[in-house]
Amino acid sequence: QLSLFRFTVKRPFSTSHSSVDSEEMKKFQLLAHKWWDEEGEYAALHSMNDIRVPFIRDTLLSLSSNYHPGNPLSGIKILDVGCGGGLLSEPLGRLGASVTGIDPVEDNIRTADQHKSFDPVLAKRIQYKSSSLEEIVEESMETFDVIVASEVVEHVADLETFIKCCSQVLKPEGSLFITTINKTQLSYVLGIVVAEKIMGIVPEGTHEWEKFVPPEELERLLEANGFSVRTVNGMLYNPLSGSWGWMESTSLNYAVHAVKSGARAWSHTTDAPSETDVQQRSATAGT
Amino acid sequence: SSAAMAALRGRAVLAPLGARLRAGPRAPLRSAASAPPLYDVVVSGGGMVGSAMAAVLGHDIHFHDKKIALLEAGPRKEYDHMPDSYSNRVSSISPGSATLLSSCGAWDHVCSLRLKPFRRMQVWDACSEAMIVFEKDDLDDMGYIVENDVIMSALTKQLDAVADRVEVFYRSRAVGYTWPLPSRSCDTSPWVQVELADGRRLQTKLLIGADGHNSVVRKEAEIQNIEHQYDQSAVVATLHLSEATDNNVAWQRFLPTGPIALLPLSDTASSLVWSTSHDHASELLAMDEESFVDSINSAFWSNINHSDFIDTAGAMFRSAISLLKPSGTAVRQLPPSVAKVDPESRAMFPLGMGHATEYVRHRVALIGDAAHRVHPLAGQGVNLGFGDIACLAHHLSAAAFNGSDLGSLKHLLKFETERQRHNVSLIAATDVLKRLYSTTLAPLVLLRTWGLQATNALPPIKVRI
Repeated sequence: QLSLFRFTVKRPFSTSHSSVDSEEMKKFQLLAHKWWDEEGEYAALHSMNDIRVPFIRDTLLSLSSNYHPGNPLSGIKILDVGCGGGLLSEPLGRLGASVTGIDPVEDNIRTADQHKSFDPVLAKRIQYKSSSLEEIVEESMETFDVIVASEVVEHVADLETFIKCCSQVLKPEGSLFITTINKTQLSYVLGIVVAEKIMGIVPEGTHEWEKFVPPEELERLLEANGFSVRTVNGMLYNPLSGSWGWMESTSLNYAVHAVKSGARAWSHTTDAPSETDVQQRSATAGT
Repeated sequence: SSAAMAALRGRAVLAPLGARLRAGPRAPLRSAASAPPLYDVVVSGGGMVGSAMAAVLGHDIHFHDKKIALLEAGPRKEYDHMPDSYSNRVSSISPGSATLLSSCGAWDHVCSLRLKPFRRMQVWDACSEAMIVFEKDDLDDMGYIVENDVIMSALTKQLDAVADRVEVFYRSRAVGYTWPLPSRSCDTSPWVQVELADGRRLQTKLLIGADGHNSVVRKEAEIQNIEHQYDQSAVVATLHLSEATDNNVAWQRFLPTGPIALLPLSDTASSLVWSTSHDHASELLAMDEESFVDSINSAFWSNINHSDFIDTAGAMFRSAISLLKPSGTAVRQLPPSVAKVDPESRAMFPLGMGHATEYVRHRVALIGDAAHRVHPLAGQGVNLGFGDIACLAHHLSAAAFNGSDLGSLKHLLKFETERQRHNVSLIAATDVLKRLYSTTLAPLVLLRTWGLQATNALPPIKVRI
């Protein structure tokens, strides 16, 4: 309670351009100490690592020609937006990446910092910061090779602002990975009613169906803001085995890989040929 | 309501986890400055299985930048050259184990030192004519008889080759382990603390116990062990044959007192493994060399335990089989006769059976004899251990490539399930065989006689064995 009070006094979070939703933050505040219990409230997120880490790793390996045995992500700078307790930052760090994890909830950052502190390799490779995405844009223009926003966009207040900020801090031709939940009848029944209220796979109240994002809309926003969507994959959670798998349909959970166009962010020209196959939309060039 | 949620979560399979996560004394508070060195994996026990585990991980591409430690209580042995005489401790290495040793580059060294492939195994009963012959149709080797010292020499070389990743601590007995709490909410170390006899300390993300059937790791982790001492000791010796021969058959005869086996070492030498009562074993060790050799030959050749009844019944059954399946009885070969024994090579050790109820805990895994101990009659002991290594290394390699915490129960449980499924049936079968063959009672002899003859005649069962 004290830390929440301190947080509200220090950082005003209800700016009109912020993508952080204050109500959402309060929900996560209460569960800050539960992140690292592999069988607790966040068990489904822990087991999601079994598909999202290979997805990120293999996509990045296929895009680069260097391979460092034992450290496949060596030399890659990753921003983990909404990192929570660091569940995804740590595996990425172990694979050799330099990870910056940001989360607006200070208790989450405290938990993440404490958890990594006992492993000297991780302590060096991962930096956590209690911050929203907008707050780091100024000092991090085109800094990161990769942004990972896993199970985040269904919690943000303004998705388009969020995507624009991602574009700003990402290097040209950098990769953006998103995992989130589709807005369908099925996702209401399974994702909210069953997952939250009946089976308790997700703590109750975590999600609001209104804020779920259909992949078509996500793709539209990405393409409109300088990204080329390369991959969209459906994901499925099996509550009996506690494990995730890929599936064709994106009617429940899904993952997206998009690449920022190769042209410079502040250029208004549309005739410069880019090295990738990305089409430059003239109307939205130069965000 | 959260209890109701838990019940409804359909995660019943994970309920036993709660018990597993509770363990012994809590890890102490440590400040970063005084923290003992942290390893990714510590293997406790530098025998064949422990050394092979460390070597296989050390040669794994996904462990390229990881730190592994191997703790061995004894001194480093130099194996610069093999003595001319054979060691009396040998193992029957299966083709699968040979593949594992190949994967870390050790098998080449074994081949360049010495080993004896065998093509055939003949197993028969002292109380009847029944026998079973194992051989591969495609003339491949069924297995290899290798001295344990040869395997250790090969593994030591391969450990040296990855010394940048694997640190071997000789003369370092681990005397104490401290286990972490599963989910930390305070400032205690999440790692396993290892204390050595000389006071040095290590920390590790995963502790692998390869410290034999009296495993300290298993005891300190308070893992229950089902064990049973057989009333038997094994007598080992290096024997010289009466005449040189194409010595490529492994022989085993089930005597009422226990099985006697002759494992080929070369065209003129074989290794003896004779499981018998403690008293008889002591007698064998004490008697002079000539009497010892006579006992061995008599054990293989004498028909003193045959009874007319059994012989007739066996012969009848055999004719019945040959009517149904003309090729169902194999040619009986005669075992070689022994001329002399290597003077200093006689030794004995007690036999027992053991099986740990759990192979893994949070940040702990047991392999080899620490997890399971069998009677040598099946020649499987070290092969089970090598099988454990292949399985555990596979799961750890995948975990490392996924950036996972190496000590996480999630993949350790997969290892346990796979290996227990494989090991339990084999250990139980070995135990049953041992008991079945320890008797001269006619009904049981008849049963096993017919059973052996039938098994010999039926390819599907033989192949499974």
